[in-house]
Amino acid sequence: MKAALFIPCYVDQIYPEVGVSTVRVLRKLGVDVIYPEGQTCCGQPAFNSGFLDEARGVARHFLDVFEKESFDYTVCPSGSCTTMVSHYYPFIFEGSTEERRAEVLAPRVRELSDFIVNVLGVTDLGARYEGKAVFHCGCHQRRELGVLNEPQELLGEVEGLDLLDWENEELCCGFGGTFSVKMPDVSTAMADEKIKALEKSGADTLISGDSSCLMQLAGRLWRTGHDTRVLHLAQVLDSEGSA
Amino acid sequence: METRKPTHERDTEDHRREGIASPVEGFNERGKKAVQDRELHDAVELFTNKSVAVRNAALHALPDAPELRERAYHIKQQTMANLDEYLAQMADAVEARGGNVFFADDGEDVTRYIGELARRRGARIITKSKSMATEEIELNRRLEEDYADLDLEIVETDLGEWIAQLSGDTPSHIIGPILHLNLRQITEILSEAAGEKLPPDVEALTKFARERLREKFLAADIGITGANFGVAETGTIATVTNEGNGRLVATVPSVHVVVMGIEKLVPRFEDLSTFVQLLARSATGQKLSVYTNFVTGPRGEGELDGAEEFHLILLDNGRSNLLGTEFEEALYCIRCGACLNVCPVYRQTGGHAYGSTYSGPIGAVITPLLKGDEEAKDLPHASSLCGACSEACPVGIPLHELLLKLRSRQVDEGLAGKAQEIAFKGFETTMKSPALYNISTKTGRAVQKPLTKDGSVRPLPGPLGGWTKSRDLPPLAEKSFRELWKDGLRDG
Repeated sequence: MKAALFIPCYVDQIYPEVGVSTVRVLRKLGVDVIYPEGQTCCGQPAFNSGFLDEARGVARHFLDVFEKESFDYTVCPSGSCTTMVSHYYPFIFEGSTEERRAEVLAPRVRELSDFIVNVLGVTDLGARYEGKAVFHCGCHQRRELGVLNEPQELLGEVEGLDLLDWENEELCCGFGGTFSVKMPDVSTAMADEKIKALEKSGADTLISGDSSCLMQLAGRLWRTGHDTRVLHLAQVLDSEGSA
Repeated sequence: METRKPTHERDTEDHRREGIASPVEGFNERGKKAVQDRELHDAVELFTNKSVAVRNAALHALPDAPELRERAYHIKQQTMANLDEYLAQMADAVEARGGNVFFADDGEDVTRYIGELARRRGARIITKSKSMATEEIELNRRLEEDYADLDLEIVETDLGEWIAQLSGDTPSHIIGPILHLNLRQITEILSEAAGEKLPPDVEALTKFARERLREKFLAADIGITGANFGVAETGTIATVTNEGNGRLVATVPSVHVVVMGIEKLVPRFEDLSTFVQLLARSATGQKLSVYTNFVTGPRGEGELDGAEEFHLILLDNGRSNLLGTEFEEALYCIRCGACLNVCPVYRQTGGHAYGSTYSGPIGAVITPLLKGDEEAKDLPHASSLCGACSEACPVGIPLHELLLKLRSRQVDEGLAGKAQEIAFKGFETTMKSPALYNISTKTGRAVQKPLTKDGSVRPLPGPLGGWTKSRDLPPLAEKSFRELWKDGLRDG
């Protein structure tokens, strides 16, 4: 099995350790991992802001880079960026020459937990993490991808991890890309509601499959003096001892 | 102790100018105020949590809910594709039953029609049941202003709408117009209307409302209702209510006027079985609303109830411009409020922050479509695009995708502003070129050094200031993933 890594730009630049854990987890499962080095961003910031021409420009570059490589799947440690390519590339290229290209690539771009559970058929990675955690499912992963149970299945097998329920877990964290800076007060209030639920759950760890949601929630958690541990799913699956 | 201003006196400027006819700029500023209002927050949270829970339970109990949703979508799609024919059919059916039909372009047309009707009938008291279409055109204000000589007394009879009217407030939710008020605030408003101090007790307050409203029901000269659905083949107007006020408004006065948005049509009577099931479940979690009324024209010969005169006003107000466009699905809305209840933005701000008759996701979609993009520039951005609205919509409107399309239309119209245009051009140029990407990220790392303290970026000016004001911002890593890959990760 050969997988081409799609590392979102903010993971590349801010959270490279998430990319590293992704590589380690995939290799542990016997996957031959390649990293198409010309990759930059999927174009989602422009797309979400309504700048479709600019999003298409970036998306074309993405298609060029990944089409050059040979692989079975593209694997991405982000439900949101996966959705951009798998769902919204066909949407922005509708009726254009790139539509076919986008449609060919789309089904082969898979979010990490989706790839591990549904493509590789594995749930137990032999990981070990001591803590009481809640899992936040990013909205694209929940609604567009429908990859809701896979992270839970994977986390359920992690030794020492107590996965807790939390109130209104389906609510958005308030990030929303440029929304977080265009409407900062509402965005922050949304984060506060999540944090209130997190506190109530008694969790000491927050896990998500999207580093963007984690950047939002961690940013607010640190600012409000919390010491919650904030980890990407890949990092937990890559854990081998007490954190 | 500091006393708070009651919510109904909150300074959101002149509430009466907040209908669809007024500009709705400033979501951000109003949202900022709203999220600081704890009383408002608690009231909205209570209502939306409960609404979502009962709706989920009601829909889960309906095994064919997904099929119903699909059917509803297709009926609406078919209706919009042939709307002109169905409207003509509806008008013919109403006229055949002895009713009058008037096609109104906008609120001014509606006001003139009803104002002249009131003049001809020598009307003094008009009762109204809940109608978002008349809120949209600010009918009450217009009638009071344009027909001041008639000295009309216009009384909202839905309990929530009446309380909003008494306090000079506007509805903040399609289904729960005063969900933003709590018992203490409502007691104050009703006590003022009663001229005496009423106890903060729901039963006592509703008793007062019933007594006061009953007088108006019986004395009214004209009753105005909205329409949840209009059936083209029979000319029937269907309204659902939980208070029974709609029935008293439609049948007690000698004149019944229906103001209905043209998109409320369904082709056949049997289509109602699909929509009535979905509406009640999605709106209030009921299998069926307490009262489902069907009115077909005025009182016929030998019939016991119904008005002497029946007028159906079919309101366009910008709706027909959406037919056949990529935004047509916005017309499929049945005004159940489910998208408001699940919206994480609405949960934080309540409805008034939207500054429009229609709030929440559907409000953010429909307001710019009806008023124009320039008039409601903020609203398509008042969303994190989480998609909860699209998931909840009982007729399958892809609300968050329509918001995206509206954002894109703003860009095409040049409404996004020069700063954003330059920023996203730069974004495209950079992201299309791995070399530029590398240079800019390295520059970023150099620039952030003096700005970083204790592992976070210090508060920044400019667009990122919105972030750093309330949240820590992580700095760029010393080594990016691609560098780590090259430095040995590649080789295992």
